[in-house]
Amino acid sequence: MSTKIGDRVKRKEDKRFTTGKGKYTDDIRNDNQAYSAFVRSPHAHANVKGIDASAALAMDGVIDVLNGQQLTGDGIGNIICGWAITSKDGSPMNMGDWSALATDKVRYVGDAVAMVIAETQALARIAAEAVKVEYEELPAVAGVLASKADGAPQVHENAPGNQIFDWELGDETATDAGLASASHITSLELTNNRLSPNPMEPRSAVATYDDAEEHYTLYTTSQNPHLARLVLSAFYNVAPEHKLRVIAPDVGGGFGAKIYIYPEEIACLWASMKTNRSVKWTSDRSEAFLTDAHGRDHVTTAQMGFDADGKIVGFKVDTLANIGAYMSLFSSSVPTYLYAPLLSGQYDVQNIHCNVRTYYTNTAPVDAYRGAGRPEATYLVERMMETAAREMGMDPAELRRRNFVQSFPHQTPVLMAYDAGDFPKILDMAQKSADVAGFAARKTEAASRGKLRGFGYSTFIEACGLAPSKAAGSLGAGVGLWESAEVRVNPVGSIEILTGSHSHGQGHETTFAQIVADRFDIPVENVQIVHGDTDKVQFGMGTYGSRSAPVGMSAVVKAMDKVEAKVKKIAAHALEASEDDIVIEGGEVKVAGTDKAMAWHEVGLAAYIAHDLPDGMEPGLKESAFFDPVNFSFPSGAFICEVEVDPDTGKTKIIQFTSADDFGTIINPMIVEGQVHGGVAQGIGQALLEQVIYDDDGQLITGSYMDYTMPRATDLPFFTVQHHETPSPNNPLGVKGCGEAGAIGSPPAVINAITDAIGTNDLAMPATPQAVWRAIQSAGKSVVAE
Amino acid sequence: MTKVSMNVNGKAVSGDVPDETLLSEFLRENLRLTGTHVGCDTSQCGACVVHVNGKAVKSCSTLAVSLDGADVMTIEGLSSGELHPMQIAFNDNHGLQCGFCTPGMIMSGVDMFNRYKAEGKELSSDAIRAELEGNICRCTGYHNIVKSIEDAAAKM
Repeated sequence: MSTKIGDRVKRKEDKRFTTGKGKYTDDIRNDNQAYSAFVRSPHAHANVKGIDASAALAMDGVIDVLNGQQLTGDGIGNIICGWAITSKDGSPMNMGDWSALATDKVRYVGDAVAMVIAETQALARIAAEAVKVEYEELPAVAGVLASKADGAPQVHENAPGNQIFDWELGDETATDAGLASASHITSLELTNNRLSPNPMEPRSAVATYDDAEEHYTLYTTSQNPHLARLVLSAFYNVAPEHKLRVIAPDVGGGFGAKIYIYPEEIACLWASMKTNRSVKWTSDRSEAFLTDAHGRDHVTTAQMGFDADGKIVGFKVDTLANIGAYMSLFSSSVPTYLYAPLLSGQYDVQNIHCNVRTYYTNTAPVDAYRGAGRPEATYLVERMMETAAREMGMDPAELRRRNFVQSFPHQTPVLMAYDAGDFPKILDMAQKSADVAGFAARKTEAASRGKLRGFGYSTFIEACGLAPSKAAGSLGAGVGLWESAEVRVNPVGSIEILTGSHSHGQGHETTFAQIVADRFDIPVENVQIVHGDTDKVQFGMGTYGSRSAPVGMSAVVKAMDKVEAKVKKIAAHALEASEDDIVIEGGEVKVAGTDKAMAWHEVGLAAYIAHDLPDGMEPGLKESAFFDPVNFSFPSGAFICEVEVDPDTGKTKIIQFTSADDFGTIINPMIVEGQVHGGVAQGIGQALLEQVIYDDDGQLITGSYMDYTMPRATDLPFFTVQHHETPSPNNPLGVKGCGEAGAIGSPPAVINAITDAIGTNDLAMPATPQAVWRAIQSAGKSVVAE
Repeated sequence: MTKVSMNVNGKAVSGDVPDETLLSEFLRENLRLTGTHVGCDTSQCGACVVHVNGKAVKSCSTLAVSLDGADVMTIEGLSSGELHPMQIAFNDNHGLQCGFCTPGMIMSGVDMFNRYKAEGKELSSDAIRAELEGNICRCTGYHNIVKSIEDAAAKM
């Protein structure tokens, strides 16, 4: 039974997960296993005056206590941000020093000061409590507005006023002129709430040093093990690249939080060499809240101008972004090149200007979280469109339609060249499915029960398939963003695909196998996907930014092109035919229009037996390829949310959530729908429930699942998910990427629906019952629905 | 150290453990049954759910020494040979992505089915959502988890 692209193939990887046989990092236990715990700062900002580890070292079973002076003394380098942003005055960004273990100063609650290595995990933690650190507390700053204020405590000496950069994109003069010509201007001030990604598997690392080989092995919860190896060796000097093997085995979700190379991986590797033990660290959830990179945290003011026909004539944006205490690996790119280029949305806008200023605060580092910059842009654009439609007395769908980009490719004024799409079509699909026509009756019926119904749109675009290397480099990226693949046809005809992409829930073992089965018409069971191990797979860039399909699969296709060419040569030689006449189908390689054929596996065998290959042909059947995209891909979607608000309690219930997505070619609809479900759930979480809160002194208030509200099953509805495919012309499969759309598009749909229901626009995320109730009260609305 | 003996997945096991040892630690570290996961430290996420004497419990909040003589079933013991209908349903309905919460979801799903059946109540999708109060998933938005449990319940 052959498997095709577009089939709902059940996941090959499920059996090990449903039977408890998955192998996650914390499941690894080596023969000489030791366990570590970190001594973390309880202060948001303090000088470290001294560390007394004597009580911990005296405990039976404590192997060592290591500190930052020892770490830097051994030449371990600072953690760096890999994307250089230049301020509009031409100055480079002000990157402050970040040592994996703090040397003289701590800058956020959770900053690691020392590391205890012990025989058991429990003992390591008890001993960590016994390490006495003398701190000299300093004033701290937690919010971006406080950080920007005159006289704010300075987080890094080389960032005056805590500013990291002051960057802009777009033509300010033209945008001002556009706004001056407008017949209507909508102004908004928005915050994009700070979130914690919360993959269910906490971060973990197991590092082992082999002193005979001077070789290190690191098991780690990474979305990109090769990138981890490169950074750990080239920048942090932990080990030479060829003496370091990084393995990311089964990884329990990432959502961005597992892209970065954190202090703990560096420290475990270094400690394994210092102690000659295998050193394990596994985060608990409290540590995850303290130290996993957070997401979002923008404060934005913006104006959008419209002409008398409702066409956008100018969009001006001023954003302040909180970067946290240190610049994490891609932190600078998120509020800049992953944000401002998306401000054109699905709309034909001539004039856009965006100014972004970023600031240090005494909080955990902020970096990419599912969507990364694009949710922030989408929230702004789509709140703006809905608000403007209400102000101008227009139907919000109609205002969007008037401004939709209609032809492709489309060049925006903010760098992007949209590849393909059909925005009116997907909005039609969503409106039909959500039964717009019946909403008035449903609203009336809800009102009869004392409930407020609301209807909200979000029509959005995102840039995925990160990213053309040359373009990324010209914008400051420190790495190329291509992907690699290797296709190994075994002598028995089965196939191994080695990919630099990494699956941490996305189902690559199924979808990558599916494109191979489709191409060579062999059973999907005969294809094995190998990923996540730098000793097995050639250098690759990993998985984030919805890049596995548009970039990772494209590399596989490129390698399969080479395999197919060689297969045809071998078969043509054996069957005494022209290679142009050779076709691959039905498990055979045959001469078209004849009964001359070889079984697929016979070609594999012929390649390796090599007794009768065409003159000059190398034996074997294995090809590799690197794919560097020529452009981003641009998935688009139309989301509609219908809510019911209880005016007495402020509680919002999502009645219906409808999506119509354009992901280009769909490899496996079942998996794509799952990605949309999960993304929308995270977006609804942002809109209704989730927020990382620090108090003014930088103490984390939302440090556990008792305080940070994760969406649970009762918070969410069944989702209605539909697809329309306009293939991307920029990669061989026409795919666009589907991992982030749900999280990018859904928050404004939810808030637009709630504000529609309650009749006031003054509502920030998360729209908790208290926030909604207060919004209703402040607006002075009658709580008695007619 | 206290000696604890219990029956885990139909097999008699025992060990000398510190009194503060949690059942999740005993299963993962002493017995190396790593299918039981720990996703939080406040007994909220449910990745650690196992069955003790036929009922779902959070193994991260249960002391191993309190279970002397108990029957414990983990995800590894749910099936032998043929998969359990709940495991099949999670595959059929794409009820898992990263797989980390999955063992707890499946053990909770089996438990809620058993309880509703014993009480003669219908396990509706609304009931499943309410019963999943103690299980957090970050990947699926619960949509396909609810479908999976509904599907399994119809077949069990």
